[in-house]
Amino acid sequence: MTAANSEAVLPAKGIEAPRSGRIDPKYLRSNPSSGSFEMVAWVFMRVSGAALVVLIFVHLFTNLLVGEGIHQIDFAFVAGKWANPVWQFWDLTMLWLAMLHGTNGMRTIINDYAEKDSTRLWLKSILYLATTVIIILGTLVIFTFEPCLVDDAGNLMDYAPAFCENIAN
Amino acid sequence: MSTPTVEKEPASKVDLASSGQGATAVQQFDITLKVRRYDPERSEDAWWDEWNLTMFGTDRVLDALHKVKWEVDGTLTFRRSCAHGICGSDAMRINGRNRLACKTLLKDLDTSKPITVEAIKGLPVEKDLIVDMEPFFQSYREIMPFMINSSPAPTAERVQSPEERQRFDDTTKCILCAACTSSCPVFWTDGQYFGPAAIVNAHRFIFDSRDDAGDMRLEILNDKEGVWRCRTTFNCTEACPRGIEVTKAIQEVKTAILTRSL
Repeated sequence: MTAANSEAVLPAKGIEAPRSGRIDPKYLRSNPSSGSFEMVAWVFMRVSGAALVVLIFVHLFTNLLVGEGIHQIDFAFVAGKWANPVWQFWDLTMLWLAMLHGTNGMRTIINDYAEKDSTRLWLKSILYLATTVIIILGTLVIFTFEPCLVDDAGNLMDYAPAFCENIAN
Repeated sequence: MSTPTVEKEPASKVDLASSGQGATAVQQFDITLKVRRYDPERSEDAWWDEWNLTMFGTDRVLDALHKVKWEVDGTLTFRRSCAHGICGSDAMRINGRNRLACKTLLKDLDTSKPITVEAIKGLPVEKDLIVDMEPFFQSYREIMPFMINSSPAPTAERVQSPEERQRFDDTTKCILCAACTSSCPVFWTDGQYFGPAAIVNAHRFIFDSRDDAGDMRLEILNDKEGVWRCRTTFNCTEACPRGIEVTKAIQEVKTAILTRSL
């Protein structure tokens, strides 16, 4: 009786690495990530950081050093700045970059310090929610800002800044 | 028959100072060695043991550990193989810094205070100063630490210029002692990060002109647990007993991944 040897088959995943079966599962990387999100985030941090240095220092300079300095800042000053599309765009860029830069920084800190995946999930959910709310609110304020509010009769409200009188006349 | 007179050889051809006192001339001092012990068969918790020892100026931390194991407490457990800074077996946390016990002279430490010795952090402790190195070697295996070249082997060696060899010279010095990876705060958190040692050994092949699989290694290290988790805290560079500029190597791999993507 001749029984043919069964054909040799290599294991589907190749030969296992030595002692690979006895690694504490907590050290095994679950699934290799595809895409380059972490690389994009890393580059974004550097680019936005450099941009924010310029944006913030020009912002501080125009607000605090030019003209009457710190005494000029009031409701009317902000209203005056946002009447200019350049400053609207400037502040919008600053808001978005600062929020995303800070959020990504917090995200990496959570990744580095949270030990359990469930803790990570919770902390990051709160972080992303807060970021979304602030970005949307901030963007709305910049674009829908109306300093000279009028009542139904077309008269300026009491708390409208003084320069609204000049515009109205 | 006369034998030729042979001038008698002096005991030593080297001129030794007559006032030498031999071994006693070596500086001698007392130290307190404080070791973090762990034995799962004895207790769930780790504990600290202290020994007062008289050591010599030529002794290393490893000699103090040997003195304890051989003369005081035979249950003290640690790894060491060559004991001369090459095998990378005896990396441990000495006075809070990752060092090779066989390369750290006692006289270079503050002997007025107890010298603390712990197992390296971030890897599961098996007993006393011995940790399970498998997770560390798993990451090492993942970056494929061997030359991959699909072109037919030449009759002689694969030629490389001195400049091409110099490109990755620094990272060839790694002895896989895990001092860098276990000094990395990102690795401490959950042990998922590839760790400096794996990246250093990937660097050794990525920048080798004879190797063809650099792209594959860069792709592996572009993982979310790869080079982008490096926070450039320089703990690894400070810990490396071979003086490898680990953080610089990681940075070079980051740059290589970036330029490859652009």
